[in-house]
Amino acid sequence: MARLVIDPVTRIEGHLRVEVQVDGDRVAQAYASSTMWRGIETILRGRDPRDAWLFAQRICGVCTTVHALASVRAVEDAIGAVPPLNARLLRQLIAAAQYVQDHVVHFYHLQALDWIDPTAALAADPRRTASLAQSISDYPRSTAALFASVQSRLKAFLASGNIGPFTNGYWGHPAYRLSPELNLMAFSHYLDALEFQREYIRVHALLGGKNPHPQTYLVGGMASPLDPNSQDAINDNTLQELAQRLQAGLDFVHQVYLPDLYAIAGGYREWTGYGGGLRSYLVFGDYSLSPPVTGRPPSDGLFPSGVIRAGGLTVEPFDPAGIAESVAHSWFSYQDGDGAGTLPPWEGQTTPDYTGPEPPFDQLDVAGKYSWLKAPRYQGIAVEVGPLARMLVGYAARDTRIRPLVQAALDRLAVEPAALMSTLGRILARGLETQLMAQYSLELLGRLRDNVAAGDLAIADTARWDPASWPAGQARGVGFHEAPRGSLSHWVVIEDRRVRNYQAVVPSTWNASPRDGEGNPGAYEAALVGTPLADPQRPLEILRTLHSFDPCMACAAHLYDADGRDIVEVRVQ
Amino acid sequence: MTGGHTPPGRGPESDATAVARDRPLPARLAQAGVDRRAFLRFCAGVTATLALPPRYAPQVAAALAQVTRPVVVWLEFQDCAGDTEAFLRSRNPSTSDLILSLISLDYHETLMAAAGAAAEKARDDAVAGGGHILIVEGSVPTGIRGSCTIGGRAADDILRSCARGAAGIINVGTCSAFGGIPAARPNPTGAVRVEDVVSGVPVVNLSGCPVNADNLTATIVHYLTFGALPPTDGFGRPLFAYGERIHDTCPRRGHFDAGQFATEWGDEGHRNGWCLYRMGCKGPSTFHNCPSVRYNDSTSWPIAAGHGCVGCAEPAFWDTMSPFYDRLPHVQTASLDLTADRIGAAVVVGTAVGYALHGVGKIVQHRVGAARDARAAQVAGASSGQDAGGSAESSQDG
Repeated sequence: MARLVIDPVTRIEGHLRVEVQVDGDRVAQAYASSTMWRGIETILRGRDPRDAWLFAQRICGVCTTVHALASVRAVEDAIGAVPPLNARLLRQLIAAAQYVQDHVVHFYHLQALDWIDPTAALAADPRRTASLAQSISDYPRSTAALFASVQSRLKAFLASGNIGPFTNGYWGHPAYRLSPELNLMAFSHYLDALEFQREYIRVHALLGGKNPHPQTYLVGGMASPLDPNSQDAINDNTLQELAQRLQAGLDFVHQVYLPDLYAIAGGYREWTGYGGGLRSYLVFGDYSLSPPVTGRPPSDGLFPSGVIRAGGLTVEPFDPAGIAESVAHSWFSYQDGDGAGTLPPWEGQTTPDYTGPEPPFDQLDVAGKYSWLKAPRYQGIAVEVGPLARMLVGYAARDTRIRPLVQAALDRLAVEPAALMSTLGRILARGLETQLMAQYSLELLGRLRDNVAAGDLAIADTARWDPASWPAGQARGVGFHEAPRGSLSHWVVIEDRRVRNYQAVVPSTWNASPRDGEGNPGAYEAALVGTPLADPQRPLEILRTLHSFDPCMACAAHLYDADGRDIVEVRVQ
Repeated sequence: MTGGHTPPGRGPESDATAVARDRPLPARLAQAGVDRRAFLRFCAGVTATLALPPRYAPQVAAALAQVTRPVVVWLEFQDCAGDTEAFLRSRNPSTSDLILSLISLDYHETLMAAAGAAAEKARDDAVAGGGHILIVEGSVPTGIRGSCTIGGRAADDILRSCARGAAGIINVGTCSAFGGIPAARPNPTGAVRVEDVVSGVPVVNLSGCPVNADNLTATIVHYLTFGALPPTDGFGRPLFAYGERIHDTCPRRGHFDAGQFATEWGDEGHRNGWCLYRMGCKGPSTFHNCPSVRYNDSTSWPIAAGHGCVGCAEPAFWDTMSPFYDRLPHVQTASLDLTADRIGAAVVVGTAVGYALHGVGKIVQHRVGAARDARAAQVAGASSGQDAGGSAESSQDG
């Protein structure tokens, strides 16, 4: 067996390294390592809890806003602040727009190059490309002249010799199997999606001043005033502009993203057979307009809460007390020993303990600690979070919106629900929930408009703004959020009106976690097992499964032998 | 690249495309559907961002017409990819025009097709010849070197080898420029800014959290137009983007001068765009062109959206500007903008001195937190409201 190392794993957020054991033409074992740590939880200690969201938002600039939201929810939970309806609507509007933005960028700019080969688009016939595009969508930018122009631009670019971000791609790899016309259409939409995302995200600027990192959250509410009679507040003009932009988002999803998704999926149907991995799923649940419930995610949200175990399609209720983290294989230490023990987040400790090799190094010691991620577990088991978990739990729970959406997709692809537990199923689920959120965003805007029209302009619970109004002594809070990449929770302990402990358990920690004290792998590690490799020196298939999770970190590839000695550097070109 | 596309043929179109790399920018843009008028409009826009008089627009256009695409290598270290996302929101030229026509972005982990050793080779090949532009996002850990490795190499090692022979370094965001959030108290990984690791290469610091994409585009265009990075202040920040205090260019300044302040979230003053100073706004201590350039195609900026400035373009702002909702110390609203102006000037001088003496992270001259503790004593002990102004003046004199 050979060992393959991919570091940096690119087209993700952050720094991810994967080491896999290859048996013949299949992946036998995989180890995922996060290779970067900043210590934001440590930096938060001792700060004003009202500032925490600004720090926490910087955990990620790709999934910007999600940590801000989880953070203000955690502090509100601790101090008993209740954001008014307008604030809840504004937060959900920002979050819904983030889904559309993030998933479109992931589909086209982070993942598409695993499935489409721009160099193959040069052989396409622009007229046949136009026929293809028009047969699957009424998107207006589907003319032969447009595809001819994109092809000509692409040809000139590739011939220039300086091909920038396309340098050293795995072009011509046997696992690329789409027609030249489909490649040309998809590449054209890669460029269109760059324009789309820039325009669309102005929704965040309208509501929060800028994107990334909108600056509008408050503990207890939002900082964007609402007033139909002011030029300096969210007024009727703003609402009208928001409506146009959100509608443009829904149109792009219907006319471009979903048709492309089905067209590309049609060429790679065997990928419903790879990448399933853990087959256990967790969803906290989110997107309820009811006032928050202390210590729990909402039970009446757009995304139902629940747990699926071992590939079943029955849903158990989620219990927040079931979350705990292991550091047995993580570069942290626990005061009372790292072994098999786990700590629930409120008691969580963040003490760095880098025992990895001094850089530069060629391999990690995967028998010991090998990642900057902790290993979160739910009632002791490893689970997958994210779009697939949400669509499966919604389907299994017979949710009235999610079940028909998923059923229609299953019928269209003529597959059983179990086929969703795969690399392709993960990609499909992401598209389905994008459609759902694009629709939901317009519903939210309607509610906001009605509420403002009824004269409610409240945006914050000002009674809890002054720390003097908070409970004396120690207070604990948790903020749950279903972020685009999955179930997110922030856990805060406040003492003497300052942050005493802060722990974020993020979606990519669930999915990209290393092994726990019992030796159970995380979701990436499990999903990679069984991945076929047509050419191990160009491990395109590994990227497909990794990208299907939309990792929020960054990774390289070297080969060494089964027992980790005598490293053979293989130039992966 | 390793092939897969048809080699250029001999037809007239192929002849043109084969030398695309050396064709002038307007011709490349024309092929991308950007006509001459749009190109000139872009040049006028960039000229404005650079704070140059409009008469420079033709010069910008003439210079850009001559340039070939420079090789750009974008490194990410202790980052959140927020500056990358900001870059993706570029307009005039758009990201696709930037990538396909204006620069050759040979290494960027978030966007590039290649992974693993193929990606590392792209980076090593790009920097081998020198003359490239290096863009850096994120701080560099020097305490725990294992807290940022790529391909098994530590961030400082990669940074040094990529900086060798570079024409210049553009630090995007406050982390690479000044250490940023990883360097905030207690700086668990020993994070430092880029300039603490490399020297001998021209550097500009485009601080901000994240960088404003318009300022990044303008900096690249300035380099392409004038053959050098733009003139900077004492912190390496281009004067065109960081030469003026937010408080002095803020559209709400009139409300400050008139004593009109928002005092509670959602109150009448807040809804009517009054000054956010009492809600903790750090505009009086922050130098950035947010009020004029704004974000996301000039759609908005934080103060316009109703939240105070947090000072994200300033060194060590995570420690010196927080608690973010506490008022800036010493800005005496009774004596209004005279005092605020004095303070602003004092902050610049004081910050510069602190920075030079102690490096990033040890600036105390405008620490908000210290002010919270000192406020009671100040109120009790001050003989008049001018004491605070007096101390600011002495800082300024010093």
